[in-house]
Amino acid sequence: MTTSPYGVQTAARPTAVAARATGLSKVYGQGETRVVALDAVSVEFRQSEFTAIMGPSGSGKSTLMHCMAGLDSVSGGSATIGDTELTTLNDKKLTRLRRDKIGFIFQAFNLLPTLTALENITLPMDIAGRKPDRQWLDMVVDTVGLSGRLKHRPNQLSGGQQQRVAVARALAGKPEIMFADEPTGNLDSRSGAEVLGFLRNSVRELGQTVVMVTHDPVAASYADRVVFLADGRIVDEMREPTADAVLDRMKRFDAKGRTS
Amino acid sequence: MFRTALRNVLAHKARLLMTVLAVMLGVAFVSGTLVFTSTISDAYQKSSQKGYDHVDVAVQPHHRGGDEGNPGAAPKLTQGLLDKVAAVPGAASATGSVGGFAAIADKHGKLIGEGFSSSGANYYPGPGGKDARYPMKSGRAPHGAGEIALDAKTADRAGYKVGDTVRISVDGPVLSQRVTGIFSTEDGNVSAGGSLALFDTPTAQKLYGKPGEFSQIDVKAAAGTSQAALKSGIDKVLPKDAESVTGKELADDEARIIAQSMDGMRTSLLVFAGISLFVGIFIIANTFTMLVAQRTKELALMRAVGASRRQVTRSVLIEAFVVGAVAGVAGLVAGIGIGAGLRSLIGSTGSSIPDGPLVIAPSTILTALGVGIVVTMLAAWLPGRRAAKIPPVAAMNSVHAVATTKSLVVRNSIGGALTALGAAVVLTASSSTMLGLGAAVVMIGVFVLTPLLSRPVIAAAAPVMRLFGISGKLARQNAVRNPRRTAATASALMIGLTLITGLTVIAGSVQQAIDEMATGSLKADYVVSMASMTSLSTDVEKKLAGHPDVTATSPLRTSPARIGGEHQSLTGVNGAAIGELTRLEFTAGGIAGLSGDKVVIDDATSRSNHWKLGSSLDVTFEDGKKGRLTVSGIYKGNDLMRGVWVDTKTLAPHQSLVDDKQVMVKTKSGASEATKDSLRKALGDNPAIQIQTKQDISNGIAKGINLLLNMLYGLLAMAVIVAVLGVVNTLAMSVFERQQEIGMLRAIGLDRKGIKRMVRLESLVISLFGGVMGVGLGVFFGWAAGDLISKALNTYELVLPWGRMGIFLLLAALVGVLAALWPARRAAKLNMLSAIKAE
Repeated sequence: MTTSPYGVQTAARPTAVAARATGLSKVYGQGETRVVALDAVSVEFRQSEFTAIMGPSGSGKSTLMHCMAGLDSVSGGSATIGDTELTTLNDKKLTRLRRDKIGFIFQAFNLLPTLTALENITLPMDIAGRKPDRQWLDMVVDTVGLSGRLKHRPNQLSGGQQQRVAVARALAGKPEIMFADEPTGNLDSRSGAEVLGFLRNSVRELGQTVVMVTHDPVAASYADRVVFLADGRIVDEMREPTADAVLDRMKRFDAKGRTS
Repeated sequence: MFRTALRNVLAHKARLLMTVLAVMLGVAFVSGTLVFTSTISDAYQKSSQKGYDHVDVAVQPHHRGGDEGNPGAAPKLTQGLLDKVAAVPGAASATGSVGGFAAIADKHGKLIGEGFSSSGANYYPGPGGKDARYPMKSGRAPHGAGEIALDAKTADRAGYKVGDTVRISVDGPVLSQRVTGIFSTEDGNVSAGGSLALFDTPTAQKLYGKPGEFSQIDVKAAAGTSQAALKSGIDKVLPKDAESVTGKELADDEARIIAQSMDGMRTSLLVFAGISLFVGIFIIANTFTMLVAQRTKELALMRAVGASRRQVTRSVLIEAFVVGAVAGVAGLVAGIGIGAGLRSLIGSTGSSIPDGPLVIAPSTILTALGVGIVVTMLAAWLPGRRAAKIPPVAAMNSVHAVATTKSLVVRNSIGGALTALGAAVVLTASSSTMLGLGAAVVMIGVFVLTPLLSRPVIAAAAPVMRLFGISGKLARQNAVRNPRRTAATASALMIGLTLITGLTVIAGSVQQAIDEMATGSLKADYVVSMASMTSLSTDVEKKLAGHPDVTATSPLRTSPARIGGEHQSLTGVNGAAIGELTRLEFTAGGIAGLSGDKVVIDDATSRSNHWKLGSSLDVTFEDGKKGRLTVSGIYKGNDLMRGVWVDTKTLAPHQSLVDDKQVMVKTKSGASEATKDSLRKALGDNPAIQIQTKQDISNGIAKGINLLLNMLYGLLAMAVIVAVLGVVNTLAMSVFERQQEIGMLRAIGLDRKGIKRMVRLESLVISLFGGVMGVGLGVFFGWAAGDLISKALNTYELVLPWGRMGIFLLLAALVGVLAALWPARRAAKLNMLSAIKAE
């Protein structure tokens, strides 16, 4: 663990848990159409760690992220962000939690075309009616390299730049945890590498916590840890992953998928 | 092609709902109008035919084309003539009738019904001693001067029974009559809510004409004699100043008049239906533009696999056809309901229309369907053309080309030119047609310009929107995101509000002007006149002048005359008192000492005849005597106070019948309820005579204008309702298109309330934009119409109804809030995950 040069508090207790799932289940439908997306999943995401969730299509990796991030309801078990139990919160409190403690990065960027880059970055704070922390904001903007483009609207930016705006938006509110859903899915490999680099930097240098869902072994190799999901269960975990190692692990899912 | 189009319609049911509703409302208005007018027209025709069942040939005084200059030549339909006519071979019976105004007082002394529909007539017993037109339900026919019979409806309304004493008035003095009978009648006036009192023939003749005369003789043909044969027989015995008409001709004439008035009513209702449909066009165009935009890929694919541009356009138009046909059928059904509902509604207000079946003409059905389909296809034509322009390559691209700014430049230039042209026409218009035409061009021009106008106008709302935080900011920006759509939506509302505001401005100003005209030049405390607007007996003025509280009175009489060979009516006033009763502005001379050969004339008469102060006028009076009058004053006239005024003493000797149009009264104690009551008592509590203060006159004018205005509001409400549907439609589209954004906003922490507020504020902004433009344009048109109106109404001055304008803006805001209810709820309920994933 590198100590953050900015003296972020998380450096003091590097092993604290940012989010935790305990026996988390998610079931869709009933009777014959019943599908178990998550089957009693238990997993921890530690602070200042970059975790990738991987697995074949339909393994439940996106569902896990949605449930952990308070975007989707849970059928059983518990999910916590910091000390907050999500499953007991009503919609209003859940919304506030997402607003104040969670940062999101989506595959489709999801910027508002009517707002400038800067306005998009500060949107969560505008929603909360809070003034952004100027110093932090400048640093975030510098980190993602958008200083010259803050007045631009999303349609004047390239895909990579748009996703960097999205990363900055997620970071700007100093969230306790950031969730990224296939953040490089719509980007070419160079832009993708840039965005992943920023995510890793935000963990290493700013002390952020990032959970990323991906099916790209190269993307996963930027993480500190990879969690593998299959059929709604956690089947494996890998520390300090490399792209090749992840690819090998994934190939085994494929083989199993084909034979079954 | 047709199957694809049909599938598309079915696939977009929900999104087409508002469009169908909008077209449906317009069509319902059209078909409702047609059903209603043809139903009541049919009912009136049938009832008028029934009314002429008893008449095969009618003998009337010869109509001389309204030549009022030659009185004294009135034909005499005497009892002798009646007997002669009755003796003509082929005549079964002849009935003489005479009648006119007859006010009947209820038990509290108040007039029953309206002055114009209170009538009296004679009971003419036929050979059997009975008058077939008026079968008695109870009691017997009136006999002698002190008896009357009442129609059953009126008796019922006032609670009169046989044996009661009723106070009635025909031309001034009150008569106390005993009710001897209550009869039923098919008289059109009575079935439309009027009252009818019957006297015996000599009494009626004395009251209404000269003794022994009738105003019409109705002849019934014997069996086997045709109307034409009877007519030619009668014509042989008629004097040259009388003429005969067959019952069929009379019925046809009446039918034609009914048809004409129905045509007028139908046309004006259809104008409003047209406005609603026009507003609907914006919604249809919006919807189809959106459907085409959403299907760009699909349409491009069709082009790529070989569909021609025409085929693409046609597929859109077929969709429009299906939508139009569905809306047309639904509208027709609703319209039939409206037609039936209107009839019973009017029936329930008392002024009943004759009964009859609901008439749904085949032409009504064809019109309804045709209007629905044509309007929808017309509105979908442009989006269809745009669809055809989608290049096949768009099927491969993920992003399709958005509307370029270049087309907006062209659009703005056209809009600017149209607006300028229209405004120029409006400002220089010399007739109401020109003004209307110019106004229409301005409306179209402004509509074309609305996308341009939307940015600055909506930006102006920014400070207010900021109060609502991020929701307000996003709402404001969303409102201008698709300027064309916002413009079309706001324009739909603008049209209704422009018309409503324009009419309100004009009506308010006209009311003020008429009020000023009616009361501004009046110093008198009271104006006394007949409720029926017929003439007052001169007794009335005598009685008023004798009242202890009255200080001055003057009648207003008119008498036809010629001055220098030209027709010119003379107005007789009490020269000694008129100065105290009127406040006329004299540009030369004055009214003091108006007597003898002195006359005062209004400025317009002075100008057109080149008569000046001191001019000597050669006059031929009503009775043919010649005289000479001298102009002693020139006053500024208006529509009520104008013409050549002369002292009654100079005029009276020449008049064949001396009566008063009205009497102006000044009292010591001024205008008050107590004085008014005392004057009413002095006139014998006469139900036929109305005593009005200046305030009463003003109130009457305001009441009339408000009634008219409320009717127009009601008719324009439909256009506003359609506009509301348009706002709902636009918001639903926006919410649908921005699902992903809304999902993202929810994910990063905007709560449901914030989402709802965002949609509501967007709706509010669009509606208020339309409202501001509508009220603004309405005021402009109202102001521009002023020039034209002041030519006809010289007291006209622009009065801005600030209160009402405020209400209209509030209405626009309300429209915004209401229209957003459903879309906002939908937006707040969107599932975040599917919203984020939707592409």
